[in-house]
Amino acid sequence: MFSLDLLLEALLFGVLLGCFYAAVSIGLSVSFGLLDVPNVAHPAIMVLGSYCTWLLSARTGLDPLLAGGLLMPAFFLLGVLIYRFYYETFEKRGSEAGVRGLAFFFGLTFIVEVGLILAFGVDQRSVEAGYIGRSFSLGDYRIPMRMGVAFAVALLLTFSLSVYLSKTFTGRAIKAVAQDEPALRLMGANPVRIKQWAFGIATGVSALAGAMLIIVSPVEPAMDRLYIGRTFCVVVLAGLGSMTGTLAAGLILGIVESVVLMQFGASWAPAVAFGLLLIVLGIRPQGLFGR
Amino acid sequence: MSRMKFWIGSAVALILGVGLPFAPINEYVFYAGYMVLTFVVMATAWNILGGYAGYVNFGPPAFFGIGSYAAVVLFKSLNAPLAVQIAGAALMGGLLGLGVGLLTLRLRGIFFAIATVAIVFIMETLMVNWRYVGGATGLQLLRPPVELYASYTRMLFAVMAAMSVAAVALARYIQTSWLGRGLRALRDSEEAAESAGVPTLKLKLFACAVSGALMGAAGAPMPMYLSFIEPPSTFDLNYTVGSLGGAIIGGVGHWAGPIVGAILLGTLQQVVTVTISSEMNVLVVGVLLVVFVVAAPEGVLGLFKKAFKK
Repeated sequence: MFSLDLLLEALLFGVLLGCFYAAVSIGLSVSFGLLDVPNVAHPAIMVLGSYCTWLLSARTGLDPLLAGGLLMPAFFLLGVLIYRFYYETFEKRGSEAGVRGLAFFFGLTFIVEVGLILAFGVDQRSVEAGYIGRSFSLGDYRIPMRMGVAFAVALLLTFSLSVYLSKTFTGRAIKAVAQDEPALRLMGANPVRIKQWAFGIATGVSALAGAMLIIVSPVEPAMDRLYIGRTFCVVVLAGLGSMTGTLAAGLILGIVESVVLMQFGASWAPAVAFGLLLIVLGIRPQGLFGR
Repeated sequence: MSRMKFWIGSAVALILGVGLPFAPINEYVFYAGYMVLTFVVMATAWNILGGYAGYVNFGPPAFFGIGSYAAVVLFKSLNAPLAVQIAGAALMGGLLGLGVGLLTLRLRGIFFAIATVAIVFIMETLMVNWRYVGGATGLQLLRPPVELYASYTRMLFAVMAAMSVAAVALARYIQTSWLGRGLRALRDSEEAAESAGVPTLKLKLFACAVSGALMGAAGAPMPMYLSFIEPPSTFDLNYTVGSLGGAIIGGVGHWAGPIVGAILLGTLQQVVTVTISSEMNVLVVGVLLVVFVVAAPEGVLGLFKKAFKK
């Protein structure tokens, strides 16, 4: 049953998977981790990104990654609109932490999900590209090239977002709004505009994450439900809003999931992310790299 | 006087619910009505924790599902009658509620909500991997012969009607007693309530357990209603939208809210399912939920109150 060779393979695959999980969670790490918006709809928006990528790449023959990149400005605008709406209806009245803000995003999740079902049906959708379906070898192991591509993009995405947040003026302003909003207000900055911008970025990144999602595996509308567990697990485990933490947490989830998959079979895999999430919430809700 | 009115109303509802299935009405009415009544119980249960105490539970399918599976286990192993199945389901639901409450003692807001989503998927995975109850493929169930009523569905309708009346009476009792005052206090400020001597911890656990037990009981007759059980449809997050939607659309925090909301929503869902499609009914609930949360946060009850004040 247990062999070192299998374990090594699980580890290797877990690292690839983990980077991918970090990349799909990074948008949530900004919107929920930094801005404290209970954005349960993040996975649903990501799946929406997958479907838009699929449409765009099937219609024009564009590479799915490029299609995802081209969708980012549109999703940025979508994010700005969602935040604006959320701010006007909930945050401004001070009721965001309660039942209503959560119910709003939960309802939004279902609207997106069922909207996709009504528009495209419940069938799985996938994209085509040169690197999908091929594999390359690393030492003794064969690695599907789609995982390699997702791995590279994930690293790039995490790295650039982390640099953006710590090195640029707006990036630092976003971090400042997370740390001390009243102080920022006192200094004459407008926290709402900064949060709106940051939420836009978080949603824009989801378009690219959606493209990666459909590259890694076929996508169906109800897929966001599983990713509620994965993305929140990564963000909470990371400690809210920590970008390097997000990468580390993604790796932990990827490796644990991959080992469980290999040892106990696929039927146990969905419980891994949710189980890990529960453990973290129960033992250390501030996460590994909490702010 | 108002207590008198409530009990007379409850008695009338109970007599109607138990007596109606004897009338020569189309079978489908009871088939659809059963689902509406299920959501009355679910929304009422959700309201005890979500409305009174302010803890948003996204995990109704977990409690509903553990009730369904408890009933199936009791039926399969002991051939237990429905009443015993319901009692066992309520017990399991209550225990799960207590467990969730203990595990999430320090969590509030979205953290509590996300933890309850996690419970749903963990329960589903456990049932998928449990052979005895059919695993991933599910289990066909043979309904025992029905007594008294003309069909099993009519009997289940009467049972669910009785359960709704019981759930609402319990919710009303909690709301009007010191328990409800304590829960409201901890909703507004847990620290302030604690320092004023409200046993917040015990109250939260109590609300979790009662809410879970009611949801478990509501799930118990479901396998017999469908003659079938399988994990994906039992632990479907659509139950979350139904329960939370019913309570919020009706008006949270008052025992009458979930009744109004669940009956409105449940009936609309049945109509939409029949006339358009079952996907559309989830969309309708999602849209209504968002519209109410944004435009009428006090729900239908709030709208009524406003209209009468003017």
